[in-house]
Amino acid sequence: MQSFDLGKEGLRALNSALHALKGQTNMTDWEVINPKGAHAIAAGVDAPVSITVHGSTGYYCAGMNKHATIHIKGSAGPGVAENMMSGTVIVEGNASQYAGATGRGGLLVIKGNAASRCGVSMKGIDIVVHGSIGHMSAFMAQSGNLVVLGDAGDALGDSLYEARLFVRGSVKSLGADCIEKEMRDEHYSLLEELLRKGEADGKAKPEEFRRYGSARKLYNFNIDNASAY
Amino acid sequence: MTEFPKTPPRYSATFTPAINAEIRRAAASGIYDIRGGGTKRHLPHFDDLLFLGASISRYPLEGYREKCATDVWLGTRFAKKPIHLDIPITIAGMSFGALSGPAKEALGRGATEAGTSTTTGDGGMTEEERGHSKTLVYQYLPSRYGMNPDDLRRADAIEVVVGQGAKPGGGGMLLGQKISDRVAMMRNLPKGIDQRSACRHPDWTGPDDLEIKIMELREITDWEKPIYVKVGGARPYYDTALAVKAGADVVVLDGMQGGTAATQDVFIEHVGMPILACIPQAVKALQDLGMHRKVQLIVSGGIRTGADVAKAMALGADAVAIGTAALIALGDNDPAYEEEYQKLGTTADAYDDWHEGRDPAGITTQDPELFKRFDPVLGGRRLKNYLKVMTLEAQTIARACGKNHLHNLEPEDLCSLTIEAAAMAGVPLAGTNWIPGRNGGF
Repeated sequence: MQSFDLGKEGLRALNSALHALKGQTNMTDWEVINPKGAHAIAAGVDAPVSITVHGSTGYYCAGMNKHATIHIKGSAGPGVAENMMSGTVIVEGNASQYAGATGRGGLLVIKGNAASRCGVSMKGIDIVVHGSIGHMSAFMAQSGNLVVLGDAGDALGDSLYEARLFVRGSVKSLGADCIEKEMRDEHYSLLEELLRKGEADGKAKPEEFRRYGSARKLYNFNIDNASAY
Repeated sequence: MTEFPKTPPRYSATFTPAINAEIRRAAASGIYDIRGGGTKRHLPHFDDLLFLGASISRYPLEGYREKCATDVWLGTRFAKKPIHLDIPITIAGMSFGALSGPAKEALGRGATEAGTSTTTGDGGMTEEERGHSKTLVYQYLPSRYGMNPDDLRRADAIEVVVGQGAKPGGGGMLLGQKISDRVAMMRNLPKGIDQRSACRHPDWTGPDDLEIKIMELREITDWEKPIYVKVGGARPYYDTALAVKAGADVVVLDGMQGGTAATQDVFIEHVGMPILACIPQAVKALQDLGMHRKVQLIVSGGIRTGADVAKAMALGADAVAIGTAALIALGDNDPAYEEEYQKLGTTADAYDDWHEGRDPAGITTQDPELFKRFDPVLGGRRLKNYLKVMTLEAQTIARACGKNHLHNLEPEDLCSLTIEAAAMAGVPLAGTNWIPGRNGGF
């Protein structure tokens, strides 16, 4: 286990050491202590290593992550795992706004609640939130899956493209062009797998969720839809 | 019966035939006009400025003999690997999607041969442009189409795009006709749908967040790459100051003459400021912060000639960027295709329906049959020639002003032909020492 005291050694030294890791490294286990809400912790990692952050993080922790498993034993500031490509990020506490923004792959698990714009513009990432999510979540979400065990705030899935949204609790309101859709067998199977990977299979069952997706009415400009624009 | 002369028909200066035609078009279609390019209205511009040239008070340099350097460093503030260009004329960001792959290749070829950089756009980085561009600036846009850390690391600089001159405050639009299989794959979108690019970044808002975002990008790229911040010409004094505060290495300032692949005509023509009005405010912000020449300023929007380059640099820019002019150099709007422009209901030099993807010159299209017409090697050569000519023109003017580097041009080398341009550019009206508006305000 490589232990890194962020308070003493600083962010640049941490990220520099993590970026130096290549795919075949045997230094696969890292822990970061004293994060003290620093920004960009473990941003840009590109190796299949495990990093545990003991405490809460600031903006953009695990930004653009590739391959790594990053475990935040605290809460995460805005933009956790933004534009993640692959790997796994687990937040034990809550996540601030823009969690998983524009993520293109991998899995983001938030065991608490997520604030507004969770999964904004997501492009292939899977996000599992054990708690609730704030307003404008999955805005312009393009692809990937967002699973919410709790409730969703206003304007869920506004201007959605092809991302799939699964919510167990209430949805305060749906955004433009977002509608409830039928849960078919393939969705139950997918959800079962996502709940298992998101460490939530003991908390919820697939049949308790509703599915939301794009009505695809705004995909091509039509003046008759002007009130929606 | 005596016949009196009749009053001839008189057109309204308010309801002109062009305005009336647009009213009729809107009434018939129910949709606003979308087009490419920049503003077409007459604006105070570099044409309204003149160089004074050397005289008794200062001596000129000999053309063809005495050196007038043109190189520029960009990104010297924080980046470990700043960029060094042979000429201060860069190629502005234009997306793959808006442009064909061969057109992006030609931009890379021409820029590289001329010793300058080219820039990606709102569609990710293509192999064509990376492979043919010695120096490639990678745009970081609100849509984040194709964004990934590998391309960030193989870029030579990163440009965080906050806005552009054609539409400050607006997002992008790529209509379904241009969403081919390849464009759709790069953007993670279904083929054939209208693709909207967001007007705001998804994971930061305001200058304090931007500072953290820039720090994240620097961390991801190990502080190697220069980070540019691009803004449209809206509030250049404050935008420049805030970009500097947020940690930018370079500020890119795009006036309203700057082009776009597609947006509403009303946006292009009525939002933003001409580049002439923007440059002095941005330079003043840099000077007030003690950062002029430390944070470099690249300006764009209506740069066409070496004279425009020299005037922009005399006002304090470190470099310029060209977009529309580069496309014309490649062959866009060429009268050789007049017959086909006529079929599209337009004419060469006026064609601006780039979003429809039917460009007869094969540049602003994703139609393989059309882009076969465009030879990227020849296009690259034409762009190189054009860049060389502009550089020679700028050097000619600089030598005449007694300058041994383009960066030594200064506002004192200029005068203005109009009161408006004098006020905007902050140089005296020709034949006077009057700079309107300089007694208070800026």
